[in-house]
Order: sequence, then structure tokens, then C-alpha cells
Amino acid sequence: MPHRSEFWNFLLGNLSLSVLPLHNTLEDRILQVTFVIVAFSGAVILGWVTVKRQWGYLWREWFTTVDHKKLGIMYMILATVMLLRGFADAIMMRSQQAIAFGSNMGYLPPEHYDQIFTAHGAIMIFFVAMAYIVGLMNYVMPLQIGARDVAFPFLNNLSFWLTVAGVMLFMVSLFVGSFSRAGWLGYPPVSEYQTGPGVDYYIWGLQLSGLGTLLTGINFVVTILKMRAPGMKLMKMPMFTWTSLCTSGLIVVTFPILTAALFLLSMDRYVGTHFFTNDLGGNVMMYINLIWIWGHPEVYILILPLFGVFSEIVATFSGKRLFGYSSMVYATASIMILSYLVWLHHFFTMGSGPDVNSFFALTTMMISIPTGVKIFNWLFTMYRGRVRFDVPMLWTMGFLFTFTIGGMTGVMLSVAPADFLLHNSLFLVAHFHNVIIGGVVFGAFAGINYWFPKAFGFRLDAFWGKVSFWCWQIGFWVAFGPLYILGLMGVTRRLSHFEDPSLQKWFIIAAFGAFLILLGIGAFLMQIYVSVRHRERYAVGHDPWGGRTLEWSTSSPPPAYNFAFTPVVRERDAWADMKEHGYKRPLEDFRPIHMPKNTGTGVYIGMLGFGFGFAMTWFIWWLAIACFVGMIAVAIGHTFHYHREETIPAEDINKFEHTGNWKPGVEGAAA
Amino acid sequence: MSHPTHSESAPGHDLHEEGMGEDHGSLRGYLTGFVLASILTIIPFWLVMGHVIESKPLTILLVLALAAVQIVVHMIYFLHLNTKSEHGWNMLAFIFTLVLVVIVLGASLWVMYNENANMMPMSPLYQQQHPVNGP
Repeated sequence: MPHRSEFWNFLLGNLSLSVLPLHNTLEDRILQVTFVIVAFSGAVILGWVTVKRQWGYLWREWFTTVDHKKLGIMYMILATVMLLRGFADAIMMRSQQAIAFGSNMGYLPPEHYDQIFTAHGAIMIFFVAMAYIVGLMNYVMPLQIGARDVAFPFLNNLSFWLTVAGVMLFMVSLFVGSFSRAGWLGYPPVSEYQTGPGVDYYIWGLQLSGLGTLLTGINFVVTILKMRAPGMKLMKMPMFTWTSLCTSGLIVVTFPILTAALFLLSMDRYVGTHFFTNDLGGNVMMYINLIWIWGHPEVYILILPLFGVFSEIVATFSGKRLFGYSSMVYATASIMILSYLVWLHHFFTMGSGPDVNSFFALTTMMISIPTGVKIFNWLFTMYRGRVRFDVPMLWTMGFLFTFTIGGMTGVMLSVAPADFLLHNSLFLVAHFHNVIIGGVVFGAFAGINYWFPKAFGFRLDAFWGKVSFWCWQIGFWVAFGPLYILGLMGVTRRLSHFEDPSLQKWFIIAAFGAFLILLGIGAFLMQIYVSVRHRERYAVGHDPWGGRTLEWSTSSPPPAYNFAFTPVVRERDAWADMKEHGYKRPLEDFRPIHMPKNTGTGVYIGMLGFGFGFAMTWFIWWLAIACFVGMIAVAIGHTFHYHREETIPAEDINKFEHTGNWKPGVEGAAA
Repeated sequence: MSHPTHSESAPGHDLHEEGMGEDHGSLRGYLTGFVLASILTIIPFWLVMGHVIESKPLTILLVLALAAVQIVVHMIYFLHLNTKSEHGWNMLAFIFTLVLVVIVLGASLWVMYNENANMMPMSPLYQQQHPVNGP
């Protein structure tokens, strides 16, 4: 770094022009091209918003909103954007591995390759999978329990903007400095001694979004426990609400561990403590132990809500109530507890010895039992039902097939002696992609196709939906089947170059599979484009699939207040029960409804959080202190907003209840 | 309409809970808690400052045990934890947390002890200070 005065060092910390990708290397050329594309498309979007004079609208109606439905939609958009980013990383890795054999070093230098797999893993888990499930829970859960919003609407907005702040830190690292090269969980000692801003970007990005997720978890637990419609006893809750409750409970008890582990890691990096070094009594293993105490429940946090999604879809599209509801609830609850007892299977090979390994191997095998119960429940729900193979149901069938195989390879990995062979191999990579793509991603797409008509009043195009599904389903197996085979041959993960040319054919097949998945993502975007373009043609009523739960009883899209009158629940599958008893929607005697007012506080705190993370990453201490104090001050300032509610007058409700989308719509969907 | 499907009034955040809210405690409860907490604080001080017991590990164990009782006293008298408030959800959440804390702490100690015993410590300084004597 060129010499500069104390003043500039104080002002800019470690920032200088040399951290920008302006060098004449292949790596920087790639980044420059990426930057031009990102900057160009960003400018187009921003310019369009400005020309259309939509900034005020975006700010008033979306950015500052405390409406769980709008926040849910924003989470889904965020997740989809990040899916594109994470998938760009995936394509780069697949094409690098397909060509980098023998004398060909590929087009990515190892330092760059390491950043890519780190970013891919962290983004896909934290900002794609998490954002999809939080988005779905946000949108659907309050509607399912007949509530008007979540328990803490402002907190919900704040959670979203904290997540956005984390996303922004990850994205900025592309062009300013570099990203972590320590893998998606940042294992020490690599993450301790890696110089440069990468690991710090990683730490602060996760700290901010982790805080947001924790607040979401608290919010949803309280919402489900305290705001259910009268009559909705626990065992009458829809399955998706049950799984949301269990997931939120897991979030509340596990995310603090992630925060603590990352905090200790940042202490080691910033102030020279020795929690995770072998000197002075620290222990590297402790980080790995702590991060997996969070990490294993995390994968169940991801999958449980999707189990709920599949339960709703299977029941709806089979025209039956869910088979074995109680066993489903108990299976979910026992997964919630058991998920806390298996974390050591991520490091069987680190030398805990036979008794510890046996214990965790057994608990790991046990957790497949409640999961198996669920699979059978879904199959028995379909058995003798009149199954309609709409797009959500296709994703569900694809999930049942793919996820079950992923579960079986998981049981193989749970055998500790076998794990000594498979640990850190491509077999493991294939396994967790098998359950996360086959479970979480398929579930997210199933949920999007299922609830899209609820959110927008028109359904998604079925043709492009099917194209997307088949590209993903086939692409997945073409991409990850070879990885299973390579893993069994002993090929380890995270390699940017191979010597043995006999392996190359498998990597070429895998790269082809990744391009099939790319087509699947393209078809998904096409599906949304086509559907929005021809939204009149795809318009449906408020209950297009013949739904069974309360969200289908209100208009599509629902009004801001969700329900003019709080529904009274008498049976499980409340809406199916109401329809059976010839329920008539009341059209008079509306009363004014108090709803929370929008606030910009969440945006301010989120952006100050981004400033804080960025300043900490680059050692710009004055800015870090200023942003941190700013966050606290804005939060305290928010407590002085006394007028946080507004009233929706009865006339407005009366008007909407007569003009909203109340068409009975089952026939529209059958087409 | 043959059966009521809508509640009569519906303000924005109405809770349908029938009674059974939080427990706000009583003066008697707070006083009991205060006396118990004081006693449980004085005993450890006395144990340590008066050198009452010869064995140091035993003193430490006793102080820790009294601290655990102290936590229970705080829970019951100051945080009003009982089996009834909020329909028992407070208690359930507490038990859930307790189970997980026990799992996390207990199993971490177990895991780390075994790894420490089985794996060779790497730093020479550490080896000098902690000679290997695992199982």
C-alpha cells in the first residue's frame, strides 16, 4: 500500500484504490465485466424507477411497510435475486472444474475459486434458503391463523432491512476488496489468519442478517402462540403454521449460538484473543463444535417450513384432509428436539473417539424416523385421493422422490466409520445439495406456485412452470449424480484443479447438469414474466385451488387488514369446514380497524448497520462508532413515536369487501 | 347462518385469550424472594471469607450449587415463572431452554474432553503445561 498521511489513514482505514479490482489480471477482468453488467442493469432499474416517478411509491408502500404480506413478497424477491448471484457462483465452479485438468489450470486462480465456493455456500444458505422460508412464513402464516399482522409488525420490517444490510455487505465484497476464502462456515485457523477484509465481510454480513433472523423467530413464535383466531387450538392449526412454530422456536434457541461463535471469532481477529487458536489454551475444535450446534438445527430450520408447504399442497391437490395430522405434528416436534442432538456428525473425523461418535451416529439415524413418518403421511394422503397434477403438486412429487434419496445417502453418512471415507468428499456435497435442492428449493418453488395467486390475484403460467420443474428435476440429477460417484471414488470437495484426466468426464456431465438447472431458473423467470404480462388471462378467484386453510377465505390479493371480521375456527382445515357448512361472507356492519402505521426506522437502522459492518471490515473506526451509536439512537428515537396506529374507516372496508376479488375460482384453476 | 363463524368485534390486535395473562407478582412474593436471595448470597460469602471448609474444590462446588438455587429463586419470585401464566407457555419455554442449555453445555464438555484426550495438542507450550493423561 502506498504511503499516505495519518489523516487519510484515520479517514479511510484500510481502504485504498488498490483494493478495487483495477489490475490487469484475469480475475480483475472478470470482476470488471461483472461490475459493468451489474452497474448497467442497476442503472437501468434505478433510472426506470426515477423516470416513472416511483420512488415515493416504493418508499411509502414497500420500504417502510410493516405489512407482513408486503414484507413476505420483498423477502421472496430478495431470495430470488440472491439465487441468481449464488447460482452464478455455482456455474463458475462447475465450468472451472470441468476444464481444469492436467496442464489446464482453468480460468479461475485458486484464491478466486476459494472466494467463489465460500460466497456460494453462505449466500445460498443465508440469503436464498433462509429468505425464501422467512418470506413464505411471513406471507402465509398470519393469514392461516386468521390474524391481521404479526405480533411485532415494526420488528418484522427491521428484520428484513437487517437481512438486506447483510446482503449488501456480501455484494459489496465483490468489487471492494475480496470475500472470505475460508468456506461457508469460516473454520479457524484459516479464518483467523486470513489477511484482508474477506472474513470480516463474512462475519459482519452474517451478524447483521443473523440478528434479523433471530428477531423474526421471536416475532413468529409470539404471533403463533398469541394471535390465533378464536377456536384455533394448537391441534387445529394448519400444518404449515405448526412447522413455522417449530422452525421459529429453533431459530430463537440456535441463532444466539451463531452470534456468539462469530463474535468470539471476531474477537480473535480484531483484538488478538485466543478463543480458537491452540496458543494460550484456546481450541480450534471449539469453534467447529459451536458453529455446528447452530449449523445442524439450521438445516432443520430450513426444511421444516417446506415440510409444511408440502403438507398443505398434498392435502389440497388430493382433495382430502392430511393423513395422520397428529403424527405429523409429533414428528415435527421430535425433529425439533432431535435436531439438537446430532451436530457432531459433521465432525466425526475430528477425533472424539468411538463412544461419542456412536452416540451421535445413533441420534442421526434416529432423526430419519420422524422424517420417514412424514413421507408416508404424504403418500397416504395421496392414496385414493383425486390428485390434480398442477405445478405445485409436480414440485411436491419431485421433492418426495429426490428428498427421499437424499435422506438415504444421509443415513449412509451417519455411519461413523463410513463417514471417515466420505467426509469432505464430493459424496457429501452431493448429499447436502440433494436434500437442500430437493427439499428447500423444490419446496420454495412449490410454495411460490401455490400461493402466488393468493398474493397477486392471478396464477403463474403452467407451461413455463412445468418447463422449470423438469429442467430442475433432471438437471439436479445430471449435476449431482456424477458427484455421488466421484465422492465414492474419493474425490474431495473445494478443489480448483485435478490431475487425473479419467475424472474429467464426470465433471463435464455435472457442468451440463448445472446448465440444465440454469435453464430451469430461466424458465422460472420466464414463467413470472409471462404471467405478469398476461395477468388478465391468468386471473383467478380468491380460492383457485380449492384450498382448505384460512388464507383462501379472504380476497386475492388480501386487503391490508386481511380479514374484515376475525374468523372463528371450529375444525382443522377451517376454510374447508366453513365451505362445507355453506359459509356466507358478511357484507355489512363493518367496523373501523386499527392497523400499525408504516415507519422508516427499519430502513435507517438497517442502513446504519450496513455502514457499521463496512466500517468494521475496513477498520474505519470513526465511522463504525458513528454508525453503531446511530443505530442505538434511532432505535431509542423510535420508542418516542407515540402515534403508531392508523384507523381504516368502516366505509373503506365496506367498499373493499364489495369490490375485492371474491370470485369463486376453483374452475379457473382446473384449466 | 346456522352457526356463528365470526366474532363480534375485531380491533387490530385483539387477543382472544380468556384471562391467564402474565403474573405480576405480589409484595409478599417480592419480599420472600429478596430474603431468600440475600441468604443465598450471604452463605457463599461466609463460606469463602470465613474459610469454613478446608477443601477448596468442595467450597467451589457448594458456591456453584447455591448459585443454581439462586437462579431458581430469581426465576420464581422475580420473573414470576409458574406453571399457569400465559397458559403454561412460559414454563414450557423455560423447560425447552433448560433442556437445550443442558444439551449444549453438557455435550460440548463431553465432546471437547474426548477430543482433547484423543488428539495430540499441537502447541509445545500447551504440551508442557498439560501433560497428556487421557484414557
